[in-house]
Amino acid sequence: MLNTIALAINITLMYSAPLIFTALGSVITERSGVVNIGLEGMMVMGAFAGVTAAYYSENPWIGFLTAGLAGGILALLHAVAAVTFRANQTISGTALNFIGSGMALFLSRMFFDGATMTKPVPNKLPKIFEVLHIDQVESSVLSNMNIDITVVLAFLFTALIWFVLYKTKWGLRLRAVGEHPAAADTLGVNVYWVRYLAVILSGVMAGFGGAAQSLAVVSLFSPTVISGHGFIAMAAAIFGKWTPHGAMLACLLFGFAQALVVLLGGDGMVIPPQILSMLPYLLTIIVLVLFVGRATAPKASGVPYQKGVR
Amino acid sequence: MKKIQHILRKPIVGILISIVMGFLVGAVILMVAGYNPATAYGAMLRGIFSKPKYLAQVVIRSTPIILTGLSVAFAFQTGLFNIGAEGQFIMGTIAAVLVGYKVPLPPVIHFIAVVAAAMIAAGLWGAIVGFLKAKFGIHEVITSIMLNWIALYLNNFTVTLPWMKKPGSESTYEVLTSSWIVVLNNWKTSPEGREQLMQHPVLADVFIRTDFNYGILIAIVVVAIVWFILNRTTKGFELRAVGFNKDASQFAGIDVKKNIIISMAIAGAISGIAGALFITGAMPHRISVLSAMQNYGFDGISVALIANSSPFGVILSGLLFGGLKYGGASIQSEVGAPSEIINIVIGVIVFFVAMSSIFRMIADYLERKGEKKNA
Repeated sequence: MLNTIALAINITLMYSAPLIFTALGSVITERSGVVNIGLEGMMVMGAFAGVTAAYYSENPWIGFLTAGLAGGILALLHAVAAVTFRANQTISGTALNFIGSGMALFLSRMFFDGATMTKPVPNKLPKIFEVLHIDQVESSVLSNMNIDITVVLAFLFTALIWFVLYKTKWGLRLRAVGEHPAAADTLGVNVYWVRYLAVILSGVMAGFGGAAQSLAVVSLFSPTVISGHGFIAMAAAIFGKWTPHGAMLACLLFGFAQALVVLLGGDGMVIPPQILSMLPYLLTIIVLVLFVGRATAPKASGVPYQKGVR
Repeated sequence: MKKIQHILRKPIVGILISIVMGFLVGAVILMVAGYNPATAYGAMLRGIFSKPKYLAQVVIRSTPIILTGLSVAFAFQTGLFNIGAEGQFIMGTIAAVLVGYKVPLPPVIHFIAVVAAAMIAAGLWGAIVGFLKAKFGIHEVITSIMLNWIALYLNNFTVTLPWMKKPGSESTYEVLTSSWIVVLNNWKTSPEGREQLMQHPVLADVFIRTDFNYGILIAIVVVAIVWFILNRTTKGFELRAVGFNKDASQFAGIDVKKNIIISMAIAGAISGIAGALFITGAMPHRISVLSAMQNYGFDGISVALIANSSPFGVILSGLLFGGLKYGGASIQSEVGAPSEIINIVIGVIVFFVAMSSIFRMIADYLERKGEKKNA
C-alpha cells in the first residue's frame, strides 16, 4: 500500500514537472497582458535544443540552460510582434508553434544525420539521490522517492515567481501592466519593456519545461516527446486563475490523473485502457465545472498597448 | 503617394506580402543550411504542378483543411477561438466510419447519412465547449484542448471494438463503397472504364492514380452557405454582433449565451463535414489508432488566419496550405533538404499576417509625413 502511494507520488511529480515550468511561464506573460499560445512550439524548441547541447557537451545542465535560451529567443519574436507591432497575439503565437516545431525538426535533421529523432544524451539531468550522494537504497518505497531534480526546481521556481509577483515592486508593476497599462504608464512604468521581459521569460520557462521532459523524463528528442504539453500547461494557467500556486496545483492534479491511469491500468482492469486514458482530461473539465468556475483573465490580457490611445 | 497608403491598408496586400516574406525567410534558412533555395523551391513547384495527378492530390489534401479552416474562421467571426477543430474533426471521422461501415444504404443517401452523422457528432462536441463557456464561464481554450484528447482516445477505442476492428491491423474496416464520393468510382474501376481512360493520359493520371473526389465541390458549397448565414441572415448578424460586443448585444436583447452555444455547434459541425469528406473522399477510407494529433484541425487555424477569417478566402488559403504541404515533400526527396522547411515557411507567413498592422503603421507614417509637407 505504502509502496503504491509512493509510486503514485513519483509518477505524479514526473508528469507534472515539465508542465509546471511552462504553466509558470504562461502565468508571467498573461499577467503582463500578453497571451502566449506559442508555448507549445517553445517547449518543442527547448526539448530539442536541450538534448542537442547536452549531447555535444555531455553536460545536461548546459543542455538545460540552452533550452531556456532557445525558448527565450523564440519568445522574443512573439514579443516583437505582440508588443511593438501590436499584432494579434493568437495569430503570432500560432505562427510560433509552427516555427518552433519546424525549426526543431529541421535542425534535428541537420545535426543528427537526417533523423528527426536525436541520439540519447550521455547524461540525463540527475535525480535527487545523486545530488544528495545517497548511493544504495534498500526499500522500494524509498527508491520511489528518488525524484528528478527538475521536480525540485519546478517547486522552487513556483515559490520564487510567487514571491516576485506578490512581494516585490517588480511583480506589482508587472501585474499593473496586465490590468491597466495606461495607468501603469502614467506612473512611469515602461509598459513595453515590462511586456518584453515577461514574454521572453515565458519562453525561457517553456524552454526549461521542454528540457525537463527531454532531459529528465526521457533522454532524447523526437517529434512526439512534446505532444500537447504546452497547450495543457496553458490550460493549467487559466485553471489556476493565473496565479503561480494555482497553476502549479492544476499541473499536479493533471499529473496525478496521469498517475491514476498508470496505476489503474494493467492487470484485471474492466475499463478499456483507451477509456481510462481520457481520465486526466475528463477530470480537468469536471473539476473546473464543480470547483473553479468562472475565470477572469487579467483585464488587458491579449490587448496590445498603444501609448496615448484610449 | 495617396495610392501607396491606400494599397498598404488593404488586408489582401498584407497577406500577399506575408506570403512573399515567408518564402524569403525560408530561402535564407535553406541557404544558411547549405542548400540552394532556387532548386529547393523549384522541386516544390514541380511537386505541385508538373503532373495532373499532383494537382489532383493537392486538391484532395486541401479539402479537409479548407473546411476546418472555415470552422475556425466562422468561430473567429463570432468572437470565439475554436482550437478544438482537431477534436471535432476526429469525432466527425469516427461517426463517419461507424455509419459508413455499419449502416448499409444506397449510394448518395448513404453519403448524406454519413455527413449528417459526422455533423451531429462533431456539432455536439463543439456545443459542449459552448455550453461550458456559456453556463459555467469556463474558457473555451481549456475545454477544447481537453476534448481534443478525449476525442483522440475515443478514436482509439472505436478501433478496438470487435465489430469494427479489421483483424491483423490497427485500423477499422473500410467504409462501404456506397458512401464514397470518389468521382466515377464504379466506372473507372471497371475494365471498360479503364480502357477508355487509358486513351487520355491526363484523365488516366488524375482518375486512376488518385482518389479524385467531389469533396472540393461540397467544400465550396459549404463555404457559400456559411458566408450566406453570416452575412445575409438575422442569426448570422446576431452571432457576429455577440462576437463584436457582448454587452451591447445583451443590451439589444440578444441571448448571448444561446448564441455562444449555437456558434460553437455550427463550428463543430463544419469540422465534422471535414471529417466525413476525409473518410468518404480518399484512401484509406477508415480510421486507425492515433498516437498523436493529426493536425487537420490545428492546420485549420493557420488556414483561417491566412484567410483573415473570410469564408471565401479560406478556399484559397486552404489550397495554398495543401499545396505547400504536398509539394514540400518533394524538397526532401529531390534536394535532400528537410521538408520541415515548409512548416517554417508557413509559420513565417502566419507570423507576418499577425504583424500585418505593420503595413498600416507604414501607411500612417507616410500620411503623417505627407501632412507635414503640405503644412
